[in-house]
Amino acid sequence: MSEISLVPEAADVPRNVSKVNLLSWISSVDHKQIGIMYIITAIVFLVVGGLEAMLIRLQLAQPNAQVLSPEAYNQIFTMHGTTMIFLMGMPMLIGFGNYLVPLMIGANDMAFPRLNALGLWLVVFGGLVLYYSFIAGGAPDAGWFSYTPLSEPPFSGTGVDYWAISIIVTGIGSIAAGINFIVTVLTMRAPGMTMRRLPLFAWMVFVNSFLIIFALAILNGALVMLEADRLLGARFFHPIVGGSPVLWQHIFWAFGHPEVYILVLPAFGMISEIIPVFSRKPIFGYPFVAASTVAIAFLSMGVWAHHMFAVGMGFGWDVFFGASSSLIAIPTGVKVFNWTATLWGGSLRFTTAMLFAMGFLVEFTIGGITGVQFALVPLDWATTDSYFVVAHFHYVLVGGTIFAVTAGFYYWFPKVTGRMMSERLGKWHFWVNLVGFNMTFFVQHILGLMGMPRRVYTYPDLPGWGLLNQISSIGGLITAVAWLIFIVNLVYSLRNGKPAGDNPWEAWTLEWATTSPPPHYNFDQLPPIRSRRPLWDVAHPENPDWKHDH
Amino acid sequence: MFSPNSPQAYSINNLLLLTTIIGGVILLIIGGVVFYSAFRFRSGLRPGEPPQIFGSRNLEFLWTGIPVIVLIVLFGFAVNTMRQIDPAPGQQPPDVIVTGYQWWWRVEYPQAGVVTANEIHIPVGKQILFQLEGGDVIHDFWVPQLGPKRDTIPGSTNYLWLQANTPDVYLGACSEYCGTQHAWMRIRVIAQPQAEFDQWLQQQRAAATPSGSDAMRGAQVFQQNTCVNCHAIQQTGTNWAGPNLGHLGSRQTIGAGVIENTPDNLAAWITNPQRFKPGVKMPGYQLSPADLHALVAYLESLK
Repeated sequence: MSEISLVPEAADVPRNVSKVNLLSWISSVDHKQIGIMYIITAIVFLVVGGLEAMLIRLQLAQPNAQVLSPEAYNQIFTMHGTTMIFLMGMPMLIGFGNYLVPLMIGANDMAFPRLNALGLWLVVFGGLVLYYSFIAGGAPDAGWFSYTPLSEPPFSGTGVDYWAISIIVTGIGSIAAGINFIVTVLTMRAPGMTMRRLPLFAWMVFVNSFLIIFALAILNGALVMLEADRLLGARFFHPIVGGSPVLWQHIFWAFGHPEVYILVLPAFGMISEIIPVFSRKPIFGYPFVAASTVAIAFLSMGVWAHHMFAVGMGFGWDVFFGASSSLIAIPTGVKVFNWTATLWGGSLRFTTAMLFAMGFLVEFTIGGITGVQFALVPLDWATTDSYFVVAHFHYVLVGGTIFAVTAGFYYWFPKVTGRMMSERLGKWHFWVNLVGFNMTFFVQHILGLMGMPRRVYTYPDLPGWGLLNQISSIGGLITAVAWLIFIVNLVYSLRNGKPAGDNPWEAWTLEWATTSPPPHYNFDQLPPIRSRRPLWDVAHPENPDWKHDH
Repeated sequence: MFSPNSPQAYSINNLLLLTTIIGGVILLIIGGVVFYSAFRFRSGLRPGEPPQIFGSRNLEFLWTGIPVIVLIVLFGFAVNTMRQIDPAPGQQPPDVIVTGYQWWWRVEYPQAGVVTANEIHIPVGKQILFQLEGGDVIHDFWVPQLGPKRDTIPGSTNYLWLQANTPDVYLGACSEYCGTQHAWMRIRVIAQPQAEFDQWLQQQRAAATPSGSDAMRGAQVFQQNTCVNCHAIQQTGTNWAGPNLGHLGSRQTIGAGVIENTPDNLAAWITNPQRFKPGVKMPGYQLSPADLHALVAYLESLK
């Protein structure tokens, strides 16, 4: 068959990177190396944030416990949330995007390689600034959304300054990454790779990047205002002298709710790649899955005040934000239905990646259902700021995002390293994780309904509270075992995994059309791109996708 | 939320039940298809690749349309519930004014001129209008069995309707993270029959008189130490930095719910409150055993 040469000079470029050493990584502007470094950063902070979660569950395992002082507990839960969102979730997804998007669209790098490197190092630097606070007089302790006036003098210490500066720094890095993704997808696509043929992961990273630019800019504005209050004596959020503490909540959640989608859209993209490949069918309803992403992105910017129904905004605003929040269930539901329909009539291969993707479908649906309950204002009044909300967002961000990212690890590890991960360890990882996760978080729904507020360092010995918290803590320990299996699997497979070959899963998108790992410039030559699944067309000349009208 | 005891909490519970059932059905459908597919469509059942299906416009309309209808109906129920349980207070004066402080609740009955803390007595079977104020940072007033929660925000006023159908003690807590001792900012609502409540209010309005020589001496200890800087005894006292202690003897707990109110506990609390509630703004007092005994006798005699 015919192959299109990517760029005339591409073949002349030497395929071996001169020397692989630490400096070649640190000074790298290669999107694959940067992607890997993003992911490693995310894994390091995943371990740190996970240990913080363990401390939280240790303290809450029994009523009236004194493992941690209240001050220490408040710092730990603030650091857990901040770490997992800004230093684990976002770098992880941006890292995967960095590695995969250029490959998926047949490009040889991101549009702005140096900006790309800057983004990475800003995130790393921001993480170091945040953790330096422990040495510099106490970590932030005002929660990951730092409500004013609690986050202002005289109610909080210097930890909040480190928190704000760290997030400003990582935010600049994220915005750089967002701009880079948009320009890359718009201008670097290979011939034939039209927007309508774009792999869904690339689609979602693209849409997500607009959210990143809008939302992180709002957050950085808010943080500058907070620091002006804290350090320069401004009074934006200080009620005593005419500022408004609720203003902070509006600005913060105008960032904060798009942020939730920033953390979940690329994960949706991974699911949209993985389920079809292991069902041996194209994604069901590609245009609807892609368009629903755009719908979610737009809607997500008009729902922020559903975090604030308990503030007492009044009937009209509560109804408006309740209705807009309910609407998000529609495009999200469309996605879940299309993924499920992709399974139907397929030929399912139960790899670890597929198991995590199927686990995602069920766990994320649970998080989605409780999400609709939160959009119904009276239910929000009852359940917000209780353990019910903790359960809800962990179903979305762990059962959703983390399950999808884990599926992504098992799916793309062979491409990145040239070796397969151990499926045997992978299956242990999946089942142990599934049990641990549900045990940890399902009972928290009940605790919330029983009246346990979130962010308490301890609780009274009321009937059932001790038992349910104990179940949750044991579940946390089981989850930790699952992650240990995962890390062992990563390290083991890196050295001893079976050689992967170019396309071990018989997948269809362009990243599988090159070697594993790909050469420095990604492709010498590309297959013809005449449909959404170029490699299917190559493998099935008798029934290529481009013969179908789509 | 479990065992609701007011019209508000019942309405919320019904909505919760309804949405949980509908959500359960959706979960069963998704989970059912996933599990069914796992068995019915596993690989190896037939040779080669399965039929390549790209989508179905009709199905897309179906699973966009049905959720739209379900959501509209549910949201209609929700708006209806909002109107029922959260009507605008209008010109009605509040029955109780609650102000959140780090980490206790000031409770005022404006019509009777009574000020107390952390434990709120209400008559059963009546809608009670709470006015909520924030004293320092944002707190949140939540008694799950009696109705919704609402923030107490410095610089702005919120209102909340609650009711208790039957006499009992209902537990609640601050639900908005508010700093070190957010965990021990608990609420007790003591719902009583009207007559009993009236009697309680009457008793609170009158100044409690210490009885016995110990208690008389304790009153002096109280005045001579810095207790009085933060704690008022008179209902009209303006020293609000700590809870009003005018009728401490009639309360069930100390430290916003952290320990039971017994003479021994009170003595231990005065000596070292940080032991029970680390970070609490009250310092410990190293009084002589005799002074401590007298002070406890005095405070506990204020019924």
